[in-house]
Amino acid sequence: MTRGGDNDGADVPQALSHPAIEVTDLTVAYGEKPVLWDVDVEVPHGTLTAIVGPNGAGKTTLIRAILGLVEPAAGRALVLGGDYADNRRRVAYVPQRGSVDWDFPTDVLDVVLMGRYGHLGWLRRPGRKEREAALDALRRVEMDAYAHRQISQLSGGQQQRVFLARALVQDAELYLMDEPFQGVDATTERTIVDLLQELRERGKTIVAVHHDLQTVAEYFDRVVLLNVRLVASGTVADAFTEEALRRTYGGRSALFGTNGR
Amino acid sequence: MTQGQLEIQAIAVLAAVACALVGTFLVLRRQSLLSDAIGHSVLVGIAVAFLVTGTTTSPLLLVGAALTGVVTVALVQVVTGTRLVKEDAAIGLVFPALFSLGVIIVSRYADGVHLDTDAVLLGELAFAPFDRLEAWGWDFGPASLLVMGFVLVLDAAVIAILWKELKLSTFDPALALALGFAPVVLQYVLMTIVSVTAVGAFNAVGSILVVALMIAPPAAAYLLTDGLGRLVVLACAIGAASALAGYWLAFALDASIAGCIAACCGAAFALAWTLAPGRGLVAAARRRARQRLEFAQTMLAIHLANHEGRPEAAVESRVAHLGEHLRWDGDFASRVVRGAERRGLVVRNAEALALTERGRALAEEAVTG
Amino acid sequence: MTALFLVDDYTLRTVALGAVALGIVSGALGTFAVLRGQALLGDAISHAALPGVVLAYVLLGTKASLGLMIGAALTGFAATLVVSAVVRTTRVKDDAALGIALSVFFGIGLVLLTWVQRRPDASQAGLDRFLFGQAATVLRDDVETIAIVGALALVVVALLWKQLKLLAFDPEFGASLGLRMRATELALTALLVVAIVIGLQMVGAVLMSAMIVAPAAAARQWTNRLGVMTIVAAGVGALAGATGAVASSQVERLPTGPSIVLVATALVAVSFLFAPRGLALRAWRARRARSQLGTHVVLADLAALEQAHGGPGRAHPAATIAVMVEADATAALVALERDGLVLRDPEGNWALTDRGRSEVLRR
Repeated sequence: MTRGGDNDGADVPQALSHPAIEVTDLTVAYGEKPVLWDVDVEVPHGTLTAIVGPNGAGKTTLIRAILGLVEPAAGRALVLGGDYADNRRRVAYVPQRGSVDWDFPTDVLDVVLMGRYGHLGWLRRPGRKEREAALDALRRVEMDAYAHRQISQLSGGQQQRVFLARALVQDAELYLMDEPFQGVDATTERTIVDLLQELRERGKTIVAVHHDLQTVAEYFDRVVLLNVRLVASGTVADAFTEEALRRTYGGRSALFGTNGR
Repeated sequence: MTQGQLEIQAIAVLAAVACALVGTFLVLRRQSLLSDAIGHSVLVGIAVAFLVTGTTTSPLLLVGAALTGVVTVALVQVVTGTRLVKEDAAIGLVFPALFSLGVIIVSRYADGVHLDTDAVLLGELAFAPFDRLEAWGWDFGPASLLVMGFVLVLDAAVIAILWKELKLSTFDPALALALGFAPVVLQYVLMTIVSVTAVGAFNAVGSILVVALMIAPPAAAYLLTDGLGRLVVLACAIGAASALAGYWLAFALDASIAGCIAACCGAAFALAWTLAPGRGLVAAARRRARQRLEFAQTMLAIHLANHEGRPEAAVESRVAHLGEHLRWDGDFASRVVRGAERRGLVVRNAEALALTERGRALAEEAVTG
Repeated sequence: MTALFLVDDYTLRTVALGAVALGIVSGALGTFAVLRGQALLGDAISHAALPGVVLAYVLLGTKASLGLMIGAALTGFAATLVVSAVVRTTRVKDDAALGIALSVFFGIGLVLLTWVQRRPDASQAGLDRFLFGQAATVLRDDVETIAIVGALALVVVALLWKQLKLLAFDPEFGASLGLRMRATELALTALLVVAIVIGLQMVGAVLMSAMIVAPAAAARQWTNRLGVMTIVAAGVGALAGATGAVASSQVERLPTGPSIVLVATALVAVSFLFAPRGLALRAWRARRARSQLGTHVVLADLAALEQAHGGPGRAHPAATIAVMVEADATAALVALERDGLVLRDPEGNWALTDRGRSEVLRR
């Protein structure tokens, strides 16, 4: 199991002067309640990063802020050196499974095809090239046999794999995932981890909200510990310490750090 | 059939198909009741347009009514945006207020004019053939037929062109936003064609029953198929069939055409609800019964396996005893046994049952899971 | 003096009383509907009442209010049963189920109406009255019926108060306590049906949903407590009813039903703006906090931020500080800048100056 260490730069794209993700002073509030406060994070290219923290810590919000889906009250998030909107094609988003209506009348292949819509832009229809790409992605997640299965008939692990295929088909450099291992069976979990690490070997950057502290060190290179404020960020060796975990999950929101007001 | 009858049916079918097209997306987006809201609040749009133009036949009425639809949706968004009430309450506040405004305007300024609120609410399909579009010495047919035809073409065009965008923004609005397809724009495009369709269909069935045509056929189709394209086609077919059936029912009963069409839409939904393969009530009941039987057979196998080779086996494996031990009534017990025999799980030895290899394997698998 | 004169007018008094009674009952019951996210159930029930009214008319042959109300209530209630059955047994969602019940029942009602009257033109068959109400023709007897039935409904609400409260806020917990939530739900629906049915005569089917939603929506902005909310909603409903009735009698060709609804909507707008939860107070509170904000608080917070980031050398946007103090800090920051205690960097972010740092240490 390969672990840790940044990619040696072999397949890394040109935009090396910027980190893959650069978040500065990010503050997001819903109404008057801060969900993220004064967060600074840098994610280097070619790494596998986990975002962990208790419920309500702002993990999903961080992802959404990076994607430009929420308006920050302060600070900014740069993606691949620029605004998300300018780099859409190079970023793939895998949302939480519960964010979608699985009763929608569509099949697995169709969902994966939706990943190509960004490349097609308005009005153009998906053609044979897109279908090939979609089937290819399904093969990589071992779901090609289910191409025409209705999505409501899938298990949790299968749904997750379909979402992953949809992200793969976007051919991105940066993958943002929200709880990809939530509620999946052991086999699926294995498949996903292998796939993510393969992507990392190819120079891609992956950031995932992760819920299982036991597997952070095993699956990821870097970690971001979040509880409304940033508690720690860095390689697993440096940042994933007992002290940091205590501060993250300690019970109180770590809004004021040492001042404790 | 007279020409008039043909024309009426044509209008009804066109209206039904157009409504089914846009209604499918309303249903999938859980915005069905916006059709109800728009249908009621367009009254104020028509009333205002009448005040402005002073006539009842200007095409401006159509525009005014369509605009009101968009305004209604925008108002609902604004009210929901204050976060002081939820969206369904916002709808329940906006459309009655607009409707009241419309009724008041009509009562005070348009009384005695043929701006029949009933016509808007209930339609005048029976009289449609008499309102013809005549120009340059040509009779182009009933005005509502042409209007409905135009609306249908518009709906079909918009939905065909924006097919994948509508599909994506309905299924996964977050991804749509992330990929750069502005869901807000798509929402307003959809609401615009919903309003135009509602107004166009008023002549056929009136505003309250536009809800029936927009919601019931797509909902019925939703129970019958799993692909979006098939759903749309099926919804249109069911809508058209309901329109025709409704017309002939009204003819036979000498009753309101619009009401009969709505009733047929309801009947179509009821049929889908009960008889849909796999999803319908009948299918679900049969599946439950089958599962109960299979579960009982597994219980039987386990029961026999437990007592196999033991002193009490002779007693425990008697058919008659089953009812007692497993608490099955006679009828159910014999069905279970017959089914188990057929599946090769047990064989009968006079009055007793014996497990087969298969039966034993089933019992073991069930217990060890 | 004009007020006295109005009250002497028999019709006005009757209509107003009826409207007030209606407002009280629909307001109170609407509270529960709105809290449970069932605001539009009222719309479905009122439209679905049509076939019941027609059937009652056919069977009873008279226009007795009570008989028609019972018919309306039966089909209205049947519609709610259909809606919950559809939602429970299929993947069709609640909004579509409501739309289907609403329109199909109404359509069936239209068929019955026109068939019975032997004319295919529904409007002349008396449908107007159903849709728009006939407040002006309300009789003393009708008002008595409304008042008595309404009072009974309110008594039931009082008796079932505990269960209704749990049903609105936490049905699962209520079930775990052994209170029968399914039965309570059915009872609430029945009460809602009653509230709507007694109002049909006054404001008509189309506007009844407003009488259920608007008073409750207004009341919600004034209080968080269920009991108070119910009473306020009843009050708003009564006020809207009375005002609408009086206005409609004073102005020519101003129909009563719509007037009541517009008054109710206006009351909602007023509540949205000026009630404790409302928008005006929100803005005022934000502005007041901003102006009262002590500069020393902002200074201390900047120091805390510095410490958290490991020392000086970082500037922060005003919004970051704003979150810490829960108000807009810009004015305070500008004042501090004037005194030389903070500075602004080229990007518009704020940091302590050396003087500012020593000032904090001093205090």
